[in-house]
Amino acid sequence: MSTGITETDDDSTETQTQAVGAARAAGDVYSEMTSEEIEAANEQSRRRTRELVEEADHTVELKVFRFDPEVPEKEEPRFDTFRVPFSKGMTVLDALMWARDQYDSSLTFRHSCRQAVCGSDALFVNGKQRLGCKTQVADLADSGVPETVRIEPLPHAEVVKDLVVDMEHFYDQMESVEPYFQDEDTPDGLEEQYQSRENREKVKMSTRCIWCGACMSSCNIAAGNNDYLGPAAINKAYRFAMDEREGDELTEHRLNIIEQEHGVWRCQTQFSCTEVCPKDIPLTEHIQELKREAVKSNLKFW
Amino acid sequence: MHEHDVIVVGGGGAGLRAAIAAHEEDADVAIVTKLHPVRSHTGAAEGGINAALREGDDPKDHAYDTMKGSDYLGDAPAIETLCEMSPEETIQLEHWGMPFSREDDGRVSQRPFGGLSFPRTTYAGAETGHHLLHTMYEQVVKRGITVYDEFYVTELATTDHPDPEERECHGCIAYDIKSGDLVGFEASGGVILATGGDGQAFDHTTNAVANTGDGLAMAYRAGVPVEDPEFVQFHPTTLPSTGVLISEGVRGEGGILYNGEGERFMFEHGYANNDGELASRDVVSRAELTEVNEGRGIDDEYVYLDMRHLGEERVVDRLENILHLAEDFEGVDGLEEAMPVKPGQHYHMGGIETDENGHTCIDGLYAAGECACVSVHGSNRLGGNALPELIVFGSRAGSHAAGGDIGKARIPTGPSARTEDETGLDTPVSPGAIDQPDPDAVADGGAVAANPTATVKQTLEGERRRVDEMMERDGINHAEIRSDLQDAMTQSVNVFREKEGIQDALEAIRDCRERYQNVAVDDPSRTFNTDLLHTIETRNLIDVAETIALGALAREEFRGAHWRAEHQARDDEDWLKHTMVAWNDGEPDLYYTDVLLDGEEKTYEPKIRSY
Ligand SMILES: Cc1cc2nc3c(=O)[nH]c(=O)nc-3n(C[C@H](O)[C@H](O)[C@H](O)COP(=O)(O)OP(=O)(O)OC[C@H]3O[C@@H](n4cnc5c(N)ncnc54)[C@H](O)[C@@H]3O)c2cc1C
Ligand code: SF4
Ligand code: FES
Repeated sequence: MSTGITETDDDSTETQTQAVGAARAAGDVYSEMTSEEIEAANEQSRRRTRELVEEADHTVELKVFRFDPEVPEKEEPRFDTFRVPFSKGMTVLDALMWARDQYDSSLTFRHSCRQAVCGSDALFVNGKQRLGCKTQVADLADSGVPETVRIEPLPHAEVVKDLVVDMEHFYDQMESVEPYFQDEDTPDGLEEQYQSRENREKVKMSTRCIWCGACMSSCNIAAGNNDYLGPAAINKAYRFAMDEREGDELTEHRLNIIEQEHGVWRCQTQFSCTEVCPKDIPLTEHIQELKREAVKSNLKFW
Repeated sequence: MHEHDVIVVGGGGAGLRAAIAAHEEDADVAIVTKLHPVRSHTGAAEGGINAALREGDDPKDHAYDTMKGSDYLGDAPAIETLCEMSPEETIQLEHWGMPFSREDDGRVSQRPFGGLSFPRTTYAGAETGHHLLHTMYEQVVKRGITVYDEFYVTELATTDHPDPEERECHGCIAYDIKSGDLVGFEASGGVILATGGDGQAFDHTTNAVANTGDGLAMAYRAGVPVEDPEFVQFHPTTLPSTGVLISEGVRGEGGILYNGEGERFMFEHGYANNDGELASRDVVSRAELTEVNEGRGIDDEYVYLDMRHLGEERVVDRLENILHLAEDFEGVDGLEEAMPVKPGQHYHMGGIETDENGHTCIDGLYAAGECACVSVHGSNRLGGNALPELIVFGSRAGSHAAGGDIGKARIPTGPSARTEDETGLDTPVSPGAIDQPDPDAVADGGAVAANPTATVKQTLEGERRRVDEMMERDGINHAEIRSDLQDAMTQSVNVFREKEGIQDALEAIRDCRERYQNVAVDDPSRTFNTDLLHTIETRNLIDVAETIALGALAREEFRGAHWRAEHQARDDEDWLKHTMVAWNDGEPDLYYTDVLLDGEEKTYEPKIRSY
């Protein structure tokens, strides 16, 4: 049933190519590696890693938090040290990936886009919430290459393993503010629902959130009060409350949501969220503005 | 075991749109995705969505541009469906609140994009994909659609039958990343693969680390042919150190490419005398590499993309995101300096063969988005045509799988569409499986079972054995294999391709496959075992890379993104046909099918593609 590709040497009627014939004749048939061969291959990889580190002009030491509830040696949280060759432009994520691929494939962290859009790799780097992919290793030193970089999972979140934290609580808060557009006057068919440039500009920064959780992790209030909506969820509410395409009634409804017991009034304007947000969203300002809007709308109804 | 009417594998743009469409048909639909949906790589798309919305524009013109851009390897029924439905799907996003950039009068803005005869690219700043992804995820939340996030699908549960067209897909197997459990998912209506791109088959790519072609590899091994795999798009403007993409929007707004000698080479060296920087991607990519190869590059590696002359106000207004990217990932201030750029793997035009309803030749198995090939992009995708593909065909696949009536497809699929065999392809090594496939099962992983539930259960058992074996044995780590595979692909199956190089790549791929027989997972934990996931992904990458290299070796012409040193012209006489690579139960089979150039109202006559 098969045609051309699968060349078999017993099929003499087909025009065999030299290359195929040669490969087969040389007995290039697959056989499984023996345990000695495996050990030799692994030793060779380790040697190559050592050479790369030795040959590097600069290296940086990563001190990485390790924990795995299922593995006896990792049940007790500890820090592991990995020495990584430094190259210009290297990010903290690059360094972590190098350490994982060269030293310890069990080193676990979330990552995907490498360009600050997927929000997977918010970490606690040298004591601050940052995206691994958006943090240049060189920027962690006053000049030159930093001696060590300390990498921990996001504080105030449950650690699942190594640098991976449980995001469920964050997601729950995000989803509790009715995070979806819900206008009733949506036009039909191909008719557009106009929005002014000014209004789009107003919500622009708030729409940039990538759900990384850095802000929530940096917030003292959120740390002490699990029910607090947190900066990202409030910002999500802001994004819709300020969108002129949603009607007044909806805006009112949204203000009620963020005004609840664990909403905007919990914020003590410490600006920690705004400082760590990798998308530069003016979170505290947004929270303050919502407070003002809530007061205004309450006055209106009194 | 979880049961749903429709299972969507993947929560990117295509998967989310498919799930919403299935939900609108009242189906019980669930999304199973290895990343939380908002982490999907759709979020990285910058430029925009093509839709003929305005007076003076017409879906027919969009279709014409797309066919021309495809270098006449797209299928007319697919292209016409895309272009006709894109306006309604785009406006649907607007109605869901997507924050599009606006004109002074409040309408959605559009801008020019490479290869388009009308400025029909709608956009939301330089973060179109991010907004599209988040807006659709919001709608998924609103509808309460079940999402199994951080569930990695390892295999499809298909029945066993010698003829793929007689096989049925009843579900899939997924690994619950957090708990480490392997679980079966049974789908009575259908499984929709929306697993995105496979750029990790190359070492310099704009794709995410998670873009490993899982869906493509799973469908391929289950018996669905991979269509036109050799057509891989390289984006001409990626940052040299990371592969991060600098959007075509920069050139759309008037950005200029210079070589190391300060020449505007697109014009001065005659690569595209009419369109210059706005010529299609393959043309620009090859122009850049030619400049570099002929010694006119910078550091023998890249060229410059300059947007300083546009002025700060315009750049900040329309391309602010680009400023951040250049700063964060290359350390360059785009307002002060020209940005270094070079070509990088960007998009896979080829993919899982489907018809215009997203259906594959296996009953109950669908594909949509980048992993699929309908085919709308043919041999070269135009910028801004992938996002509409996600929403148009995601929506169609979702509706169809949920039993909606969206009409009968015109595009034939499966081995019965074969029009020509490839005989005696000059491969240096045999591609395909190494080990003897399960003698009881014809389809790879196919289950000989009495009913759908048993099919899923039996596949689940097979996956348990496979995972246990990798976890328990001693062996080598996958990372080096993956990296060697990526190097071989970038070395020889890049924008410039020649026979010997591709043959070398096939040998390297074979070597990777053999070494892969000995991989083991070092991490003993069941909790969040990314070592295991990446090891499984690497196997998928090997299959993906092999289909790309086989197609590239077979196609002896220069068409769209596929350039062959020995064959410097498009050859409609011999090559106006789709390449199909079928797994054929471990002994890959390459054959050809017809390109459909007959549209609803007209036939698209292949013309010389000049810009
Ligand atoms: C940087 C960049 C810029 C781009 N810009 C544009 C543009 O301006 N305009 C345009 O039209 N196109 C653009 N494209 C192309 C377009 O964005 C992509 O083709 C498209 O977003 C892919 O969407 P998708 O839904 O198919 O896949 P993705 O968004 O990649 O989603 C894939 C999903 O599948 C899931 N998945 C994968 N494997 C598994 C598995 N084994 N088990 C479970 N889940 C799995 C993932 O979790 C993810 O949710 C761009 C692409 C890139 C990389
Ligand atoms: S607001 Fe900023 S810090 Fe918080 S989740 Fe969003 S992007 Fe991250
Ligand atoms: S890897 Fe996606 S945000 Fe860092």
